[in-house]
Amino acid sequence: MMADNEQQAAIQVQDLKLAYGDYVIMHDVSFTVKKGSIFIIMGGSGCGKSTLLKALSGLKEADEGSIYVMGVNFSSATKKEKEAIMHKTGILYQSGALFSSMTLAENIALPLEQYTDYSKGDIAELASLKLALVGLRGFEDFYPSEISGGMKKRAGLARALALDPDIVYFDEPSAGLDPVSSKLLDDLILQLNANLGTTIVVVTHELSSIFAIGQDSIFLDATAKTVIGKGSPQELLRNPPNDTVLNFLTRGKEGNIK
Amino acid sequence: MGIEVHTEGTAFQVVFSGDFICFSDNKTLESLYALLAKQKPQRIVAFDKGVEKWDSSLLVILFDLGKYAQMQGISFDYSDMSKGIKGLIDLAFSVDRKPTPPSYAKQPFLAAVGDWGINLVTSTQNGLIFLCDVFSSVIRFFRFKAVMRGVDFLFALENCGYKAVAIVSLVSFMVGLILAFVGAVQLQMFGAEIYVAALVAIGMTRIMGAVMSAVIMAGRTGASYAATIGTMQVNEEIDALKTFGIPVMDFLVLPRILALAITMPLLTVLADFMGMVGGAFVSVILLGVSYAEYWNMSVASLRLNNFLVGVFHGWVFGIIIALCGCYFGIKSGKNADSVGKATTSAVVYSIVWIVVATGIITVICNRMGV
Repeated sequence: MMADNEQQAAIQVQDLKLAYGDYVIMHDVSFTVKKGSIFIIMGGSGCGKSTLLKALSGLKEADEGSIYVMGVNFSSATKKEKEAIMHKTGILYQSGALFSSMTLAENIALPLEQYTDYSKGDIAELASLKLALVGLRGFEDFYPSEISGGMKKRAGLARALALDPDIVYFDEPSAGLDPVSSKLLDDLILQLNANLGTTIVVVTHELSSIFAIGQDSIFLDATAKTVIGKGSPQELLRNPPNDTVLNFLTRGKEGNIK
Repeated sequence: MGIEVHTEGTAFQVVFSGDFICFSDNKTLESLYALLAKQKPQRIVAFDKGVEKWDSSLLVILFDLGKYAQMQGISFDYSDMSKGIKGLIDLAFSVDRKPTPPSYAKQPFLAAVGDWGINLVTSTQNGLIFLCDVFSSVIRFFRFKAVMRGVDFLFALENCGYKAVAIVSLVSFMVGLILAFVGAVQLQMFGAEIYVAALVAIGMTRIMGAVMSAVIMAGRTGASYAATIGTMQVNEEIDALKTFGIPVMDFLVLPRILALAITMPLLTVLADFMGMVGGAFVSVILLGVSYAEYWNMSVASLRLNNFLVGVFHGWVFGIIIALCGCYFGIKSGKNADSVGKATTSAVVYSIVWIVVATGIITVICNRMGV
């Protein structure tokens, strides 16, 4: 199955189970993220969206099942293989997760210094370019504490793009942002996808973002502890598989909240 | 305000009237529930007979009645209550998810002992894994393969180096002063005041200088390491490092361990000197010993082995403080409370291990005749 879809699949998850000790977060989760697509992982609070993202990014081991990223199975991969895959992925964390003791340029330069042979001058130019791409030209020497929440997220995105990744994960990109900043970030995601062909996986529960950028999606449910809806957000809205998905996508206006 | 009770067929009617502000008539409520238990009705119906002003105390009565009805498997009708009250009670019963039992729920004794044992084994295991990771990071450093930024090392060096000089000097001066004062009281009885200098010199150089510097640095730098790394954990900075494939040990722990391993022996020497200055202060002011006499006696009583043992203590303590600070920072949870606990643990465990290490080094030195 993996071999057939390898060309098209950036990520393939099969029968995944994630747990913290005895507490099962989710089970029997299977889905495929196509290369170059914008994939949304949605669901209510506490359904395990961020935990799933951790597993996809290699920060959490699968308790059962398998996760293939760029054709490599995370569960059976060697440390080197895993690291190679991790270098091809970037993550924008909810808080931006910028290193507070470094300037924005130093934050972006860090992965470049570690994993490329560029000279210092080239790295500084690349850092400036990445910052300019996210609308932060001229902010190279600012520290994270000196910029706003929205700017931190954009700087975090610039750092996630530092190594020209094939896949970029976004953990709640709109959280804590005003509607305009949120819209700007959505536009940025669409541009990155269109211009660089980057596969984008977004964990969110912001309806406006889901409908604005989502091409494919899964819906995780905290009670069922598994995927209860698959397809593009528009498709899920047109043909909701159950009341939970309908309630979520319509903010409870049309479904029966139970 | 008042609560009246009527029975009509299988229905138990509770009629509320008047104002319900800070209602606390427990006797009425007790008799209400006693009556409910006695009559075992099929329905409880709440009636609003002119409730004017009300607060949460009325909602609590209705909420408790609702829970009682749920437990007994009977119906609870509160549709007669005013819109606001009804809406709030609807809301209170509309929780969609059952809570999971909290982790601090009381456990049977044997289960608690079992959990304690498992935690002990797990934390020992984690500590040993951490030590192995640090060891491999140090090896990578000596093979020039560690991913450590020089600027981070210099920053750590500055933080636990010259910035700690003032506090270490002050406390060591006071410790020397106290040692000399306590010694002077005894030695004066034998007319041997001059030996205060020897007491302070040997005491400070052999152990007290190192221990006092270590206690200060555990509270100052060890706590700061745990808080800084713990906050990085909260801000997901450590997750970000891991996803870049940058070893956390090399990047965060190594510069801090190296900085304290270098500065602690130096701070110990400073503490030794400042302690002797404190001792001199007491001897000259209280005992009338001249500075020259004090200095000569101090120099005469100093032994290189005492001095080196003290410096070695300082080096070991530095590593212990850095290990504890970094370990508890990395193991910190992702909330403010966890960072606070990590900081406390870093200081407490540093001091405990400092005392243990002192005991071990003392026994070893004693066996070696040093």
